[in-house]
Amino acid sequence: MDYGLDTKSTRLKTFNTIFIITWLLIACFPFIWTFWGSFKVRADFFSRSDWWYAISAFNTLVETGGKFTSNAYTEAWTEGEFWKASKNTIIVTVFVVSISLFLGTLGAYALSRSTEKYAFWILMIALIFRAMPHITLVSGYLFPFFELQIWGILPTTIVVLVAINQPFTLWLLYSFFKTVPKELDESALIDGCTYFQAFRHIIMPVMWPGVITAGLFSLMLAYNDFTVTALLLNQENHTMVPKIQSYLGTNQHEGNLMWAVSAVVSATAPLFMLVMFFQRQVISGLTAGAVKG
Amino acid sequence: MPNKTFFWFFLPTGLAMILFIGLPIISTGIQSFYAQHDQVVKEVKKCDPFGCTVSIVVDNEETTKIRDAKPLGKFNGFGTYTDRNHLAVDEIKKFWNETESFGAFVDQVTNLPFYKALIFTLTYCLFVTPNVLLLGFIIALSLNAVARKIRGPLIFGTILPMIVTPLVGSLVLFWMIDSQGIIGANIQNLMNDPYLSLKSSKTLTWITIIIYGIWHHSPFAFVVFYAALQTVPQEPIEAAIIDGASRLQRIKHIVLPHIYPVVTFVALISLMDNFRVFEPIIGFSAEGSAQSLSWLIYDNLVNEEVILFGSAAATSMMTIIGIAILLAPVLIRTWKEFKTAR
Repeated sequence: MDYGLDTKSTRLKTFNTIFIITWLLIACFPFIWTFWGSFKVRADFFSRSDWWYAISAFNTLVETGGKFTSNAYTEAWTEGEFWKASKNTIIVTVFVVSISLFLGTLGAYALSRSTEKYAFWILMIALIFRAMPHITLVSGYLFPFFELQIWGILPTTIVVLVAINQPFTLWLLYSFFKTVPKELDESALIDGCTYFQAFRHIIMPVMWPGVITAGLFSLMLAYNDFTVTALLLNQENHTMVPKIQSYLGTNQHEGNLMWAVSAVVSATAPLFMLVMFFQRQVISGLTAGAVKG
Repeated sequence: MPNKTFFWFFLPTGLAMILFIGLPIISTGIQSFYAQHDQVVKEVKKCDPFGCTVSIVVDNEETTKIRDAKPLGKFNGFGTYTDRNHLAVDEIKKFWNETESFGAFVDQVTNLPFYKALIFTLTYCLFVTPNVLLLGFIIALSLNAVARKIRGPLIFGTILPMIVTPLVGSLVLFWMIDSQGIIGANIQNLMNDPYLSLKSSKTLTWITIIIYGIWHHSPFAFVVFYAALQTVPQEPIEAAIIDGASRLQRIKHIVLPHIYPVVTFVALISLMDNFRVFEPIIGFSAEGSAQSLSWLIYDNLVNEEVILFGSAAATSMMTIIGIAILLAPVLIRTWKEFKTAR
């Protein structure tokens, strides 16, 4: 929005610049600080006596002989079995994304091409389902899952995450398929294609922008989930986020805080890279439901 | 699209949602009417040279037997809903009769676990949602005035707090403001008060979690508002400039009315998300002074001795009712629009 007539006073410009810089500092500094601190020892990053230790690395020098140390990472990944957690996260994420996209594209395509009333009601129900706090659903799962003895394993969690993810995926892909002209697949139907053939040969080649956006959001949900994975997986199968929580320790046993710090950095870095790469899709996904109404 | 084709296309996703969202809600409803079994006790007579004593011990064998026979627990009706940990009907009656002033009554009631959590959840929603809208809008306006070339990286920096999971986001902040972190330690030095820390004060904890909420959710509001700002038509704004409208007047009379539908959308979504606040409480280890409804459910489900399914389910049902009340105006409006559109 560059107004040709609009001239901004220099005072306003400076004020604006200062505001943006302040906000960016608030938004980003905690991550930069944690990244920096993850290469120190605990006495430096969590020092009561002098916060400058975290910069000058006084204790890190004493304990390890260098200004930076990657001990926290090596220990968390080996001793803390963070490699196992990240392996589980990769399994969960890959399956959740592919299954929920497969189900979501079919369902959303049908919704977008249906003129019946029930399509509207299905979308409304999906909206209500989207509003359910995950923890209330989990409290419904636990008992049946214990009884069926399918608690604690990865496949259960994957299916649950796919289902929880469906309402949002449906809405996103629905509003995307609405922008794909109806005439495309209608002409294929007139030529004698079935709906499945039309979907396979006409829609699939053009749906990738929408699918990538929906995929990114499924990925972020599966990757970031804490509620479901913490309560539905056993210790052995924990993914990254519940694993980080277990490093924090409880009243009963002391955790290892530096492991948690390095684990947080290890878990966040791939996500940031991904968003940096796909920034445009993330933003279009967030606004899909809103701007078009 | 014919109904039959629609059915086959929609079947997989519909089945997934019915099985894992619809049924669990029903299962929660059923569980909320049951409570875990009482432990079976037996009397044990123990005699020694000084006489006999009768003591009561837990009969583990019998208890397990009953638990295995009826794993769901014993039927409790609305008992769980009205007990001390939920609506606490009896306690409230008692407080009403016993306390002198209304203030004391409110004080007593807000100390009951369910009401305590409800009040925190509502306070959180009430403070976070408007501030998120406001801050998001200001950032969007402000970024919109920056040269187009450098907007990309600025947007990336802005959305960082949103894309990390709430647990990680709150941990990252907590490590800075904890008494051993960079900000917390410095504030202690400045105030010259070595005991000043997040955990020592309930108000401070609440403020911190609310600030965290604003930090975490503003980027979402920003992104949506920013996209909406791109669609504001230029002509009315130019006309307003010629007519001598100030910047503030332009925003108030042209920009805001244009993006109004988006504002309600963002408000709704962030209200829904704020109502389920839970991970930051774990991240900030604030269980002592701030509990939310979702946290109560979580706490029941990770109970060490026996998982309190009934109690968790009752809180869940009441949370769902809360969500329904929040959503009702929107649903009613949509339904009316739908009816008039027909």
